[in-house]
Amino acid sequence: MRVNLRRIAHTRSGDKGNTSNIAVIAYEPVFYPLIKQTLTVHAMRSIYNGTAVRGTITRYDVDGLGVLNFVLEGALGGGVSRSLAIDNYGKALASAVLRFELEVPDAWLPLLRGPQEV
Amino acid sequence: MSRNSNKLRIGSGAGWWGDRIDPARWNAERGELDFLCFETMAEATVSAAQVRKRRDPGFPGYDTWLDDRMRAVLPHCMANGTRIISNQGWIHPQAAARRVAELCAEVGWKNAKVAAITATDLSSTIAASGLSIMESGAPIASLHDTLISAEPYAGAEAIVQALDQGADIVITGRVADPSLFLAPMMHHYGWRHDDWDKLGQGSGIGHLLECGAQVTGGYFGDPGYKDVPEPWNLAFPYADVDADGTAEIGKVSGTGGCIDLRTVKEQMFYEVHDPARYITPDVVVDFTTAQLEQTGENRVTVRGISGHPRTATFKVSVGCTEGYIGEDMFFFAGPGCLEKARLADTILRERLRMANLQADDLRIDFIGLNAVHGAASAPPSPNHVPAEIAVRIAARCATRAQAEKIGREVDGMAVCGLASTGKRVPHQDRVREVIGLWSTLVPRDSVHCTIEFV
Repeated sequence: MRVNLRRIAHTRSGDKGNTSNIAVIAYEPVFYPLIKQTLTVHAMRSIYNGTAVRGTITRYDVDGLGVLNFVLEGALGGGVSRSLAIDNYGKALASAVLRFELEVPDAWLPLLRGPQEV
Repeated sequence: MSRNSNKLRIGSGAGWWGDRIDPARWNAERGELDFLCFETMAEATVSAAQVRKRRDPGFPGYDTWLDDRMRAVLPHCMANGTRIISNQGWIHPQAAARRVAELCAEVGWKNAKVAAITATDLSSTIAASGLSIMESGAPIASLHDTLISAEPYAGAEAIVQALDQGADIVITGRVADPSLFLAPMMHHYGWRHDDWDKLGQGSGIGHLLECGAQVTGGYFGDPGYKDVPEPWNLAFPYADVDADGTAEIGKVSGTGGCIDLRTVKEQMFYEVHDPARYITPDVVVDFTTAQLEQTGENRVTVRGISGHPRTATFKVSVGCTEGYIGEDMFFFAGPGCLEKARLADTILRERLRMANLQADDLRIDFIGLNAVHGAASAPPSPNHVPAEIAVRIAARCATRAQAEKIGREVDGMAVCGLASTGKRVPHQDRVREVIGLWSTLVPRDSVHCTIEFV
């Protein structure tokens, strides 16, 4: 079954200088290996292509907590104070990846977050 | 020390300058805290304060909410024996500390020992240091007279000394955020400055507390996916810290929000790059070894965060003037709003060309369509018609006069624009000064902290 990442993970972004980080956190340990396998740096770049994200994207895996931490350099239009973006801190950046689609086992259905009909 | 256990309880009083004040009062009043810590500085706070000080000699140079925050908590901290650590000193910690002493006197806190900690101001010496900007590689000297400020991120050491000397209240300028919380742990438990795992764990707990409600259900709610109880009534967190640094994150009862594995994980990685090497002035924190356990309702125990030896340098934030941003917006609603927005875009660009706008960068957004995520937005269905659009324009220019052209051309849209143009009036602050921030690293021995009891 095909679902949005939003059904199996939550995200938060933070800013430092001109760099944004987006942590992608599996709701359940069983979800994590699939997210780790699917949500590659390449996938992340295609999702954020067209936003301000310009520079290197690095992924750090925290297997013990089921977290992927993406670091997006050059993502904030030169930095919070220089940026012309309306969301100059990139606080809302983390929600874009929640639309990422992946194929999950039907058996996960009872574990998925959000309304069942989505 | 602690009221109900032999643990050390450290609470949050603010996660940023604009934060709510009630949750600080609740923590002071009902949190049974040993320490209450306030974090009120963003990356640009010092530079912005320097600019304001130049314009307005009456600006005292510390947190503009100092009186409100302190009046809310001082009576309770006095009654409960809670000591305070706060970075509300900004560019003038002594002045802030003197003001806090006055406020202590107002509430009858006799003999309160208030300490100010001031770190070396590198603003006048950094250009001659021969150092380069980390981000660009350019020499700092190339900033010339655009350079406003250069302040190091100090660590916990001076705060620990002030506490060791009996300070009830410690007011600092720029200190790394986790250090504000690590300091009372080092003071209370006598941790050595090279006990890296304890310092790593303690700094990690500080990192979880430093943004206030961001670990208690703030910056978190997502209806239907991550529901937060009483999201209008969030508490700031506290941590019950053991002698080995193991800590349980909690909050005062009778408040909304939630503390669980989700909120703790989100905050653990907030503003973190390499999770195995989160660099603070005190220690290099390794979050990858963390173990989390839900140990009660709204209680999460955090253990196992580790540490590596601190680096040989302090990070310095260098602020410089980089011109001005002009920004404004207006609205269209109802049938044709998107077509009007597109035509308004054309009109604005033509007008600004006629006005000979000199801008380094210019951007026009359609808020309600794709202003935030741009091309990463969900593609609209072919027949999608937005109900309303805000047209927002921003430009970065070298001079204030150029940046003011943005607002002037938006003014013109009121009478000379399109049908049913909605406008915001009155307009204020449509031009803001840009303070560019750069980073550099200085050897540890170039930064010293002085402690002064007021």
